[in-house]
Amino acid sequence: MTHSSPRGALFIKSVVLLIGALLLFAPFLFQETRSLEVAARICIFVVLVASYDLLIGYTGIVSFAHTMFFGFGAYGAAIALKQMGPGWDAVLVGVLAGLAVSIVVAIAIGLLSLRVKAIFFAMITLAAASVVLVLASQLSDLTGGEDGITYKAPQVFKTANKLMVDDAGKVARVFGVKLNGKLAAYYFVFTSCLVLFILCLRMVASPLGTVLKAIRENEARAEAIGYRVVAYRTFVFCIAAVAASLAGSIYAIWLKYTGPDTALSFTIMIDILLMVVIGGMGTMYGAVIGAVLLVLAQYYLRDLMGAASDALHGIPLLPELFEPDRWLLWLGIIFILLVYFFPKGIAGTIWDKGARS
Amino acid sequence: MNQLSQTLERFGGVYLLPVFVGLIAFVLIGAPSSWVTLTVAGLSMGMMIFLMASGLSLIFGLMDVLNFGHSAFISFGAFVSASALAYMSGWLGADNIALNLIALFLAFGAALAFGLVAGWFFEVVIIKPVYHDHLRQILITMGALIVSEQIILAVWGGAPVTVPRPAFLEGSWLFGDVTVEIYRAFAFALGLAVYIALYFVLKRTRIGLLIRAGVENREMVEALGFKINRLFVGVFMVGSALAALGGAMWAGYETLITPALGGEMMIVVFIVVIIGGLGSVEGTLLGAIMVGLIANYIGFLAPKLALASNMLLMMAILLWRPSGLKPAVK
Repeated sequence: MTHSSPRGALFIKSVVLLIGALLLFAPFLFQETRSLEVAARICIFVVLVASYDLLIGYTGIVSFAHTMFFGFGAYGAAIALKQMGPGWDAVLVGVLAGLAVSIVVAIAIGLLSLRVKAIFFAMITLAAASVVLVLASQLSDLTGGEDGITYKAPQVFKTANKLMVDDAGKVARVFGVKLNGKLAAYYFVFTSCLVLFILCLRMVASPLGTVLKAIRENEARAEAIGYRVVAYRTFVFCIAAVAASLAGSIYAIWLKYTGPDTALSFTIMIDILLMVVIGGMGTMYGAVIGAVLLVLAQYYLRDLMGAASDALHGIPLLPELFEPDRWLLWLGIIFILLVYFFPKGIAGTIWDKGARS
Repeated sequence: MNQLSQTLERFGGVYLLPVFVGLIAFVLIGAPSSWVTLTVAGLSMGMMIFLMASGLSLIFGLMDVLNFGHSAFISFGAFVSASALAYMSGWLGADNIALNLIALFLAFGAALAFGLVAGWFFEVVIIKPVYHDHLRQILITMGALIVSEQIILAVWGGAPVTVPRPAFLEGSWLFGDVTVEIYRAFAFALGLAVYIALYFVLKRTRIGLLIRAGVENREMVEALGFKINRLFVGVFMVGSALAALGGAMWAGYETLITPALGGEMMIVVFIVVIIGGLGSVEGTLLGAIMVGLIANYIGFLAPKLALASNMLLMMAILLWRPSGLKPAVK
C-alpha cells in the first residue's frame, strides 16, 4: 500500500494529522463543556474503533463482544473507584481487574470458538455479550443495575482543582481557558488514547500485522506456510480486548459515571461497527475518520434532523422518520450503501484513488 | 460402554436428550403437578422458538447465508399481528369461537403475508449482491437490522404495545391439580403442525428433495440444471414468514411487546441454531425444545441461574459436540 503513489495516502494522513491537532488544542479552540465532551468521546472511540479494526479489518474476525471488553474496563475502574474512594490506587486496581477479566474471557472465547467459521464466532460473541449485559443489569449490588454507578475521579481531575494559580489566588487562565482539573482530565484522556492508537498503528506495521493480513486473505495458505492460525487469532483477539478494556477504564475516569448505556449497551457495538465501516476497514486511519464523523453526527445531526422534522410537519410518516431519535435509521441506510458500493470505506477508497492515478 | 452408546443410538440418539432432561428435572422438582406445568410451558416455548429459528437454519444450510437481520422478521410479525388483532378486537372479544378463530387467523395471515413480502424484498435487495462473502453479509444484514428496528420505532413508537388474545385462548384447563394454559397448548399444537408440514415438504416432495440436495451439495444440484437461486428465494421467503408467525405467536404469549423483542429473541434463536447444528430442521427443533425446557426448569429450580442458563447450555453442548447436536451433512 505505502509504496504506491502516495497522493491519496498523503491526503488521508494529513486529514488524520489535522484531526489530531484539533483534538490536541480542543480545550482552547472550542470553549464549551459540550465540545470538550465531544472531543473526549472522539478520543475514546478512536482507540475502540482502531482496536476493533485489528479484528475485523486486519484479521477478518467479526466479533460482537467488543463493547463487552469496553464494559469490563469501565466497570472495573468504576467499581474500584466506588469501593476504595477516589485515588490512584483504586484506578490501578480497577484497571488491572478489568484487564484481567478481559484477557481471561478473551482467551476462553478465542480458544473455544475461533477454530470454527467466522459466522459461528460472530454468533457466539453476540450471545456472550448479551449475557454480560444482562448480568451487569442484574447484579445491582456490584454494578448499580440499570442506574449505573456514580463516583469521584482522583483529586487531580476535579473541576475545582487548580493546576496553577495566578497572583490573586484564582485559577490561572491561558488564552481564556481555566487551568483546572477538567483540563488535566481531558489531557489524560487525550494522551492515553494517543499512545494506545500509536501502539495499534505500530502493531499493524510490524511482522505480526503482515501475518494477520495473510490470515485474512487466505487462512489455509497461512496455515500451510507454518503460522498457527488459531494462536494468532486468539492473540489478536486478546490484544483488541486489552485495548478496549483500557479505553473503557479511561472513559469511566473521564465520565465519573458508568452504566449499561455508556459502557455495555448494544448501541455502542453498533456505533463501533458503523465507525469502522464508514471510516474504512483495514486502514487504521479510517478509525479516526469514522469516529470523528459518527460522534459529530451523534451530537449535531440530531439538531439538524429536528429542524427537518419540523419543516416536514403535516405530511404523514415523514416527520416521524426525520425525528431526531431516528438518526440511526439514516446512518443504517448509509451503512448498507457503503458496504455495497464502497466496501473499503472513506479512508480506503481515497487511499486507493491516489494509487491509481 | 460402546454397546451402551449403540443401544442409545438405536432408541433415538440425541433425540433422547430432552427426555433425559425432563426425567432429571422430575427428580429434582419432586412435585408432579408443577413438573407437568413446567414441561408444558417449556415445550410450548420451544415450539415458538422453533418457528422463529427454523427459517434461519434452513437459509444457512441451503445458501451459506447467515441472516443477522432475521430477528427483524420476528419483531415485524409480532407488531403486525398485534395491530391486526387490535383492529379486530371486537371479533376477538365476541363469545363466538368462529369469529375468534377468523380474527386470529387473519392476524396470523397478515404476519405471514408480511413475512413473505419482506423476505422477498430482503433477499433480492439486501442479500443477493453479497452471496459468498461472509464478512459483508454479516455487516449488511446487521445494517438492515438497524434500519428495520428504527422503522418499527418510527411506526409503532417506543412504548409497549398490548396484544389482545382471542377469548377462547384465555384461561387454562385443570386436570386434577395440574393447570395447563390454553394458549400454551395452542402454541405447541401450531408449532407441531408447522414441523410436520416442514418435514413432509422436505422429505416427501420434489421441492424438498431439491432443497435437501442443495444443502448437501449446491454445485452438484446446479450442475444438474436446477435453478437453485430461485429455490433459495422461496426458502428465504418461507423462512422469513415462519419467523413472522413465530413472532406473532410470541406476541400473544407475552401479551405486552416492546421494540426490544426482536433483539432479545435473536440471541435465543442464535443459541438454538448453534445447539441444533446449522442447516437442519430436526436439529433446530431439538435445540428449541432443549432451550425451552431448560429455561423453564432452571427458572423454577434456581431463578438466579436462569439468565445464564441458555449460555451455559450452549457452552456445554459445544464442548460435547462442536458443530451442534444434529448438523446437516456438510
